[in-house]
Amino acid sequence: MSASINRTFGIAKAVASKDLRVEMRSRVMTNQILPFAAIVMVLFAFALDNDGVLQRVAPGLVWMATLFTSLVVVQRSFAVEAADSAIDALRVAGVAPQGVYLGKVAALVVQLVAFEAVLAFLALILYRVNVDAHGAVLLVTTCLLGSLGIAALAAVYGGLSIAGRGRETLLPLLLLPAVAPVLIGATRATESAFGSDGARVVEGWPWVGLLAVFGAVFLFGGTLGFGPLTDE
Amino acid sequence: MPSATASVPPPTRTAATRNLGLLAIAGSVVLALLGLIFTAEDVDQGSSVRIMYVHVPTAWVAYLAFVFTAVCSAGHLWGKKHSLNLDRLAGASAEVGVIFMGVTLVTGSLWGRLSWGTYWQWDPRLTTTAFLFVTYIGYLAVRGLGGTQRQRAKRSAIVALFAVLEIPLVHFSVVIWRSLHQQATVLRPNGDVTMDGLMLFSLIFGVAVFTTIFAWLVLHRNRVLAMEDAMELRGIDTALAARRSEEVSS
Repeated sequence: MSASINRTFGIAKAVASKDLRVEMRSRVMTNQILPFAAIVMVLFAFALDNDGVLQRVAPGLVWMATLFTSLVVVQRSFAVEAADSAIDALRVAGVAPQGVYLGKVAALVVQLVAFEAVLAFLALILYRVNVDAHGAVLLVTTCLLGSLGIAALAAVYGGLSIAGRGRETLLPLLLLPAVAPVLIGATRATESAFGSDGARVVEGWPWVGLLAVFGAVFLFGGTLGFGPLTDE
Repeated sequence: MPSATASVPPPTRTAATRNLGLLAIAGSVVLALLGLIFTAEDVDQGSSVRIMYVHVPTAWVAYLAFVFTAVCSAGHLWGKKHSLNLDRLAGASAEVGVIFMGVTLVTGSLWGRLSWGTYWQWDPRLTTTAFLFVTYIGYLAVRGLGGTQRQRAKRSAIVALFAVLEIPLVHFSVVIWRSLHQQATVLRPNGDVTMDGLMLFSLIFGVAVFTTIFAWLVLHRNRVLAMEDAMELRGIDTALAARRSEEVSS
């Protein structure tokens, strides 16, 4: 039992490091997706055109930008598997799908957290929000757990898009309604971290608990569902 | 040709479903009479309360449909035979559920305009309903992805189970989201309003009528889906046979 669990985690580690290596080398993330996220943050400022409003809604904007960016990241993450039928090779090799799923989630979490760090930094500068030390701890925890929730769901629905043929357009339709609970929890917790609208840091922690619950539920469901979903 | 023996489904018309359909039509007529003529106006809401005789039953049936979809999907996944019929029932039920949920949203916002003065309130129940509407449109899109019937069945069954898992999660998170911002000040449709006997009867009767309509629609839709699947298999077999005969003749 423990041997098979160890093997699953070994596979997860291999898949995650492979994904991250592919991203590092292709530089799509740094050269295309990050600038895209930055321009979204600037466009929000153009659209809302009011410093006070921007400061107040900054948490929501950070997470909306994260969600939009996550769509691009997830599509890339599974395009890599679909190209040259890489996923079929894994399947034929008898690799446990749970391992592939957990690896995909881990790589997505790392990428999303990196994005959120940049987006939060941009919010500090562009939207003039303030974060103290306690707020920073809350913010980091929120980013980790919020990314876990998004990644756990995104990897399941991303698995659907593996077989190509216009299925990429399906991802936003499936993913965005499903991550609504994560968006609500993460935005409220970030509001407390930023002190937007007079929210205090202690008020944010219950939301972090909620994010942990969502992350755990989605990760559990995804681990069970990913195998049958991609097994075609 | 093994797949050519795929059982030919019965025609979409049987005595039982015909009677069910007649029952649904008769029930709808009686419900219309009850809702529009026999029940009194509400003291506060006036005639707009009559929307409730459609709104509440369609909402109830939509949720019933989604739970039924999940049950059929679970039956398909964990059943010994991985029955394709259960998959088609799940799909038929979700289709009807989406239509009824659309009716719920439209009638709800019309009623909201008359009673609350606005088409939309960020009420937890409303918000959850809107989310589910979109979620199940996504489910139907997954059903249309193509591939073999087995692939479709497995894929959509898993998505259906995820979707039903979302019902409590979305509802719970929206409830606490609202509770922090503002107390629900709106008049709840099913709140503490004491109801006139005939109005209550009409409401419950409406639920029964719409459940009958749901059952009738799902049965027919299921048969049509079965025919589509059978036709698809036949089409493949016919194409194979044509190709074989070409080889022989050449």
